[in-house]
Amino acid sequence: MIRPQDLLCPRPEGLYCPPGDFYVDPVRPVGRAVITHGHADHARAGHGAVLATPETLAIMAERYGADFAIATEAAAYGRAMARDDVTVTLVPAGHVLGSAQAVVQWKGLTMVVSGDYKRRRDPTCPAFEPVPCDVFITEATFGLPVFRHPGDGEEVARLLRSVTQFPERSHMIGAYALGKAQRIIRLLREAGWDRTIYVHGALERLNGLYGRHGIDLGPLAPATGGAKADFAGQIIVAPPSALQDRWSRRFPDPVAAFASGWMQIRARARQRGVELPLVISDHADWDELTATVAEIRPAELWITHGREEALARWAELKGIPARALALVGYEDENDD
Amino acid sequence: MRAFADLLDRLSLTSSRNAKLTMVRDYLRATPDPDRGWALAALTGELTFDAVKPAFIRKAVEARMDAQLFAWSYDYVGDLAEAVSLVWPARPGANREPLLSEVVEGLRTATRAEAQGRIEAWLDALPQARERWALLKLVTGGLRVGLSARLAKQATADVGAAAVAEVEELWHALTPPYAELFAWLEGRAEKPSSANPARFRPAMLAQALDEAVDFERLDPDHYAAEWKWDGIRVQAAFEDGVRRLYTRTGDDISRTFPDLLDALVDPGVLDGELLVIREGRVASFGDLQQRLNRKIVDGKLMAAFPAAIRAYDLLQEGADDLRGLPFSARRQRLEAFVARQTGGRIDLSPLQAFASWEDLAALRAAPPEGDPRIAEGLMLKRLDSAYEAGRPRGPWFKWKRDPFLVDAVLMYAQRGHGKRSSFYSDYTFGVWTGDAAAGRALTPVGKAYFGFTDDELKQIDKFVRDNTIERFGPVRSVRAEAHAGLVFEVAFEGLQRSSRHKSGVAMRFPRIHRIRWDKPPGEADELATLEAMLGPPLP
Repeated sequence: MIRPQDLLCPRPEGLYCPPGDFYVDPVRPVGRAVITHGHADHARAGHGAVLATPETLAIMAERYGADFAIATEAAAYGRAMARDDVTVTLVPAGHVLGSAQAVVQWKGLTMVVSGDYKRRRDPTCPAFEPVPCDVFITEATFGLPVFRHPGDGEEVARLLRSVTQFPERSHMIGAYALGKAQRIIRLLREAGWDRTIYVHGALERLNGLYGRHGIDLGPLAPATGGAKADFAGQIIVAPPSALQDRWSRRFPDPVAAFASGWMQIRARARQRGVELPLVISDHADWDELTATVAEIRPAELWITHGREEALARWAELKGIPARALALVGYEDENDD
Repeated sequence: MRAFADLLDRLSLTSSRNAKLTMVRDYLRATPDPDRGWALAALTGELTFDAVKPAFIRKAVEARMDAQLFAWSYDYVGDLAEAVSLVWPARPGANREPLLSEVVEGLRTATRAEAQGRIEAWLDALPQARERWALLKLVTGGLRVGLSARLAKQATADVGAAAVAEVEELWHALTPPYAELFAWLEGRAEKPSSANPARFRPAMLAQALDEAVDFERLDPDHYAAEWKWDGIRVQAAFEDGVRRLYTRTGDDISRTFPDLLDALVDPGVLDGELLVIREGRVASFGDLQQRLNRKIVDGKLMAAFPAAIRAYDLLQEGADDLRGLPFSARRQRLEAFVARQTGGRIDLSPLQAFASWEDLAALRAAPPEGDPRIAEGLMLKRLDSAYEAGRPRGPWFKWKRDPFLVDAVLMYAQRGHGKRSSFYSDYTFGVWTGDAAAGRALTPVGKAYFGFTDDELKQIDKFVRDNTIERFGPVRSVRAEAHAGLVFEVAFEGLQRSSRHKSGVAMRFPRIHRIRWDKPPGEADELATLEAMLGPPLP
């Protein structure tokens, strides 16, 4: 009888697969790694061999340089790849460009490592695909019933209303450099904002990469140079840390907006001096997490990181055995 | 409900006064009657429900979801209304989203049991967490979104091109949802009548005197002078059997001062200073504070802190509106009027004789024994001035006593809000305690966030960043030693003993007067210097 822990088990470096001799999203350098997506806490430099989607490999090369690993292997979505006796298939996770779930199969046992994911539409990456499995290994960044993200259209509409209401001010959106920034820009384009969007230097390379992958971000310009008054009525996108930085002083009385699932909690917004919280997240909220587990209905649910106890309790109440892995090293989404 | 919820949400996270004005004005312009009127009533505190207690909301949510999951949620969020608005497990088949007016009218006509059922149904019908949050704020009483009633009235005036004083004068003659007020502001109807017994009359305010230029151009023969009392400005009104007491912004505080309501024996409207007066002597502002912002006032409190009004103007006597008369004529009527108010709760703010500005300066510098010693300074009022709403330039001046000054050392700096969120702009400063033998240490004595120019702010901000020792969230502790640190000359209006502060003293109205880049922190003042300013202990 094969037990799930024979196929995947938590180790200090990350989830390890003994029969395939690889780690999923290891937090330290290892010999063989499968990387679900390009966020820095999941995709680190210095591994021996890396298996990931072509987009994720491109993101890692952009961030760390072409020599970020000794060898790389690109796996397109849905293509089964062999790792010794184990088959690994990467399937869209809907988190950011190139993000994938790792479907790990061995001797009739299927385990899915979700990586980070969301269920709603994202104009910058393909949607999450549920895969039937014996063990579903999920994240739980927003694993509390208080996290219920509103529709992103409503949030962008609130932003644009504020831009109209305060034409003499600039609006500065804090957004994580990989994924969130490009999604916000695309959402603004879909909402009809066709003017130049000004961007912080830290976003330029990834914006360029998204552009090369066919995601049209429209007219962008560096948010440097130009007189203060030129930025009145304009939208600026910057990493969250720039919101309260001295960098923000170049803009006229900026309205600090922050696009994050954490902005659901007013105290968080207040703490960071955010005037216009935009509840837009690349992670599944409580309803998406529970709906996904209910849809896949795995024999067992494992939870990698986040607020595991609440999701574990919910699963137990629904009769699905759950186990918190308490993996360390993964940050709470974009918390800065 | 959505527009109202968005408004509350934005107000609660915005610190800029102008931004708040824009938000409220735009909401009132875009929202139809009667919703906007009810919203205005809620924002000005005219509309409070305590239809439900927090315990009911908790029970309602726990009946719908696992108690443990809710406990974790509440624990994480920290605020019950917010936690419930986020987790609310809506039942399917809800009605259409309610309008704000439907909520208000629904609650006004409901018994407590009915109210609970209605609130649950509304929570089910409201699709956004923000809307559920706004509903729960409204029904549990107190929006607390950082908007004063005065600012809401200013925004209302801005809907048309009216002055806020006009709205204030009308205010107590109107009832929510204020349809006739908006009709007038939008030019669709005549101005509503303000005839309402014992209504508020907008107050006339004084400008600060600029010694450098004003004495040159002002003739002392044209002015009367009196002490500027250190209480709160009030208006006492008695008309057609109705008695009211207002603050200078028109808030009705009759309930907080029942002992003053009968002070007026004759019908009239009096302008004066609310003070605690014992046996004819004015007590400190600290004593008055014991009486402010109290919902329940008992006989014991009223006896221990007896309130009185020191009168300085008369706006109405019987049927006569005196506001158009010159100050000198009003003053004559006031003196005769006060003499007839035999309730013992009203006395007269005496005029001070002076022949020249030099005379007056000498009086201000050395007030005689008694009440003038704790006055805030002097008031100058032009003898021919009519009583005008607002702060007209010229007729009235306040000439405050010079502030107390102390040299203190910057200890902590905190990030500001809004425009100043990239700056460390809120400063906690301290003075030295202990002696050379035992070792000297700084103890915090106050906090200030203004008094400096934008350029100075930039320099202090840089100093804070370059001299940070530790960070605690938005606060940095700054190097403060005998030979390294930054000294502020802090100005303040007065000092009180305080058991809540480690130093034992609390400053009134502290601000940064000068930045002493030149002064070594070791030479800043000691706590003993402040203690000497306190005077004898309070009884």
